[in-house]
Amino acid sequence: MGRYVIRRLLQMIPVFIGSTFLIFFMVYALGDPVAALFGDKAPDPATAARIRKDLFLDQPLWKQYLHYMGQIFQGNFGTAFNGQPVTELMASAFPVTLRLTVVAIVIEIVFGITLGVISGLRRGKAADTSVLVMTLVVISVPTFVTGYLLQYLFGVKWGWVKPTVSPDAPFSELILPGIVLALVSLAYVTRLSRTSIAENAKADYVRTATAKGLPRRRVVTRHLLRNSLIPVITFIGTDIGALMGGAIVTERIFNIHGVGYQLYQGILRNNSPTVVGFVTILVIVFLLANLLVDLLYAVLDPRIRYA
Amino acid sequence: MRGATHAKWAACAVAVALTATACGGDSDSSGGGGEGAGIISSSWGDPQNPLEPANTNEVQGGKVLDMLFRGLKRYDAKTGAAENMLAEKFETTDSQNFTITVKSGWKFSNDEPVTAQSFVDAWNYGADVRNKQNNSPFFSDIVGYQDVHPATGEPTAKTMKGLVVTGSNTFTVALKEKFSTWPQTLGYQAFSPLPKAFFTDHAGWLAKPVGNGPYMVDSYTKGTGMKMRKWDAYPGTDKAQNGGVDLKVYTDNNTAYTDLISGNLDLVDDVPAQQLKNVKNDLGDRYINQPALIIQTLTFPLYDPQWSKPGTEKVRLGISRAINRDEITKQIFQETRTSAKDWTSPALGEKGGFSATICGDACVYDPAEAKKLIQEGGGLPGGKVTLTSNVDTGSHRDWMDAVCNSINNALGEGPVCTVNPVGTFADFRNQQSSYKLTGPFRSGWQADYPLIQNFLQPLYYTGASSNYGKFSNPEFDKLVDQANQESDAAKAIATFQDAEKILAEQMPSIPLWYQNGSAGYSERLTDVALNQFSVPVYDEIKVS
Repeated sequence: MGRYVIRRLLQMIPVFIGSTFLIFFMVYALGDPVAALFGDKAPDPATAARIRKDLFLDQPLWKQYLHYMGQIFQGNFGTAFNGQPVTELMASAFPVTLRLTVVAIVIEIVFGITLGVISGLRRGKAADTSVLVMTLVVISVPTFVTGYLLQYLFGVKWGWVKPTVSPDAPFSELILPGIVLALVSLAYVTRLSRTSIAENAKADYVRTATAKGLPRRRVVTRHLLRNSLIPVITFIGTDIGALMGGAIVTERIFNIHGVGYQLYQGILRNNSPTVVGFVTILVIVFLLANLLVDLLYAVLDPRIRYA
Repeated sequence: MRGATHAKWAACAVAVALTATACGGDSDSSGGGGEGAGIISSSWGDPQNPLEPANTNEVQGGKVLDMLFRGLKRYDAKTGAAENMLAEKFETTDSQNFTITVKSGWKFSNDEPVTAQSFVDAWNYGADVRNKQNNSPFFSDIVGYQDVHPATGEPTAKTMKGLVVTGSNTFTVALKEKFSTWPQTLGYQAFSPLPKAFFTDHAGWLAKPVGNGPYMVDSYTKGTGMKMRKWDAYPGTDKAQNGGVDLKVYTDNNTAYTDLISGNLDLVDDVPAQQLKNVKNDLGDRYINQPALIIQTLTFPLYDPQWSKPGTEKVRLGISRAINRDEITKQIFQETRTSAKDWTSPALGEKGGFSATICGDACVYDPAEAKKLIQEGGGLPGGKVTLTSNVDTGSHRDWMDAVCNSINNALGEGPVCTVNPVGTFADFRNQQSSYKLTGPFRSGWQADYPLIQNFLQPLYYTGASSNYGKFSNPEFDKLVDQANQESDAAKAIATFQDAEKILAEQMPSIPLWYQNGSAGYSERLTDVALNQFSVPVYDEIKVS
């Protein structure tokens, strides 16, 4: 087990280098960010040249990449144009987005799996059909529509919650944005667990467990659910990365100063250190989440072993 | 036991993830509108550059500097006239060498007095290329600028020869050329004085700037917000009428507007385009919509021979006449833009050089005339025209489509006009400043100071810094030079207008519309107004 984890961690290194390489080249291909620093005015050539030199932009691309990677391994992710080190931006943005992601994932797991189990066990009945219709609606409505709608209803019209999130972004304020962020994935989780439950409900081991006289509750939670969760866990695992990176829309609507906001600003301002730095971290999060998923497989199904 | 070990591993991983989220804390902070007596909460955007006077060139950073600093001159919020603030007097005999006397009794909020040295040090810092200040070129009129800001290579001096401190409150400035309206440019924030702490502890100053204005910084969290508080010992007459301003960074102006409507925010100085239909309903009188010193134009790439060969001015005039400005400002911008009638802005006022007649017929929609002019001029180059702008902000995509439709309808030759949307402002600026565009492109201009000179010289003078179309006309240059040397203000403005008339004949860039400043505010506030730069005049706002 330990060796397996170490092997997986080592495998991450080439993936990490490869992905930063690609991101770096894509962001830098967008062009020279210095001109935009000067607004509508023409950049002063001498000042612009100094800034380029400081940012290492006057070097050929491969040298810039080596320089950048060298800095990263010293824990230096460069500086955003407003003079803030990117690591400082990360320290303020990642905890916020991570909290938002946790809220979303918890909602996904609790509601998604519960609904999935209910409809999976009552396949073809009214409850099943209504869950299917509901999830279809949720999947087809884009996030910014649900976001603005829920914000308007709960925040502006009824005044139950503050329509925006304060800078500290405590959990209590993140529930509404968390729901918005979770909704689409929640629908997928529901549908995945429904199918999986419905399929496994006819499996031999379930019949055996029932024949042994185990209570229905125990059959469902210990035998049926545990085996049915593998595809769901796979989905949720990849979703952690997707939610963190894809929170751009939700974060904008609710004024959350997280990863999505920083990435958006970084892209708008062509601020390569911010974009590359944040995406690099997201890549690591993605890889770790996948590792976690693989380890969870073994917990759920002891037949799966890693050596 | 196999299963147990698996579970342990997984549990550890989950625990790590959870503790990571716990940092940051659940501390309950009371944001929003009602915090503290007389405190205004206002929307803000993250400034693009560090907050230094000579490095700030956009409105979000400028907003802070306007509260934090007072310079030699200050522009009247209503008329835009440059009035003496810290300046006691300017003396000159030749419009080229000035002796400036600074009023005594002024100080920074850290009790350091504001002296002539405070200005000279700040200006030398701003001009020095080693400090990489975006606004360095504002000091380029001063003798010795090349020594601290050479085009290439290392500077040979640390200070400009043209700046000499002659007493604790007096200094002299030598300009390279005659520039009669130069004192009036000194209301621009790049010319603010700086305290010694700026130079001795630069990082500390940037983290919590210290100025000499009616407000002082209470706390500043980059990317999140800034709390400004009234400085009680402020020596000026324009003391803050409120207890302070909390600037809150918003990710999106729609969100700020939502917060205003639901009572979490007092002031929004940029009403989003999507909300313009509701704004009168939502806010009634508490919505401000007034012209600012901003004009949008379509500039022709005159460096491209197909647009600059003789006769094409008729094509350019024709395109201008094919654009239905009134319809577009009404339909797309809900009247937050005003159809342009010259190359300046109504915010200047008639006395300042705005004229509703200079563009004349050339800015009036007339499809028949447009068609005729374009035919006389030899038709569109290659039979088509492509408009370029960044489309990440400001409804640029929408109006470009509308302008193209207007041109296509007027000419009746099918879709000859197309739009070339550029994803980001940075990319657009690169294409524009490297002269790669082959069709008309958007060129927005927000004036630095309310002077007609600032709307003409940087944009259309031969070789000027922001002359992206490379327009060059000797007659125009001559008139601008003449106007700059003219010591009588009215005559200088008339001469600038003569130069502007050349633009109306040559049409190097088509004036589209003037941009208004728009703001909305809560019922707690009174006396809210925008200045010419569409920034709220914070110190005059009263809180009930």
